[in-house]
Amino acid sequence: MDFIFAGGTDVYAGLMRFFHVIAGVAWIGLLYYFNFVQVPALKNAAADGTGAGITKHVAPLALLWFRWAALATWLAGAALLGGNFSAAFLLETGYEAIGIGSWLGTIMLFNVWALIWPNQQKILGMKKATDDEKTKARRVALLASRTNVVLSIPMLLLMTNGLSHKALLHI
Amino acid sequence: MKNPLDSITGTIVSGIILTIIILALLENFFNT
Repeated sequence: MDFIFAGGTDVYAGLMRFFHVIAGVAWIGLLYYFNFVQVPALKNAAADGTGAGITKHVAPLALLWFRWAALATWLAGAALLGGNFSAAFLLETGYEAIGIGSWLGTIMLFNVWALIWPNQQKILGMKKATDDEKTKARRVALLASRTNVVLSIPMLLLMTNGLSHKALLHI
Repeated sequence: MKNPLDSITGTIVSGIILTIIILALLENFFNT
């Protein structure tokens, strides 16, 4: 496998990087779908009463893939860091860029599971909630989701340049 | 003042500004 992975001992890291990127594409792709497509579409659909199809059939499935892809991305990233995990999270010398990227990704994972998902369950009627609670849930979920879009921009820059490419070049 | 996260443009601009701040931090406060 030397033609694809840089040496036999790098197969594990190569596979983890591959899973990390695939799951990350699913996660951030759905994050951008929610923010750039679904939220504006639901606003338009509310005007003519056609939003039910999206909230009933599309949103729950998109959220399912979204939250599990988020977890899978983080786990594969942690596996890829391996022995460098604590050096990255403690921002040790040489690990500052990937470390900040790792922290951004971790905050984003927290936002998904602790803020977006519980509030979306109320909004979509999977959990009982009063109209007031739903209004508040909409605001919290939107702001958490938008915050993740903001964080995704530096996170992706640091992920693609922080450590992985240096590691590939054996620097 | 309007919350920039209420619009897609405001969100993306906020992300770019945060990126510039983080890069400046890395450049000036870390030996990277």
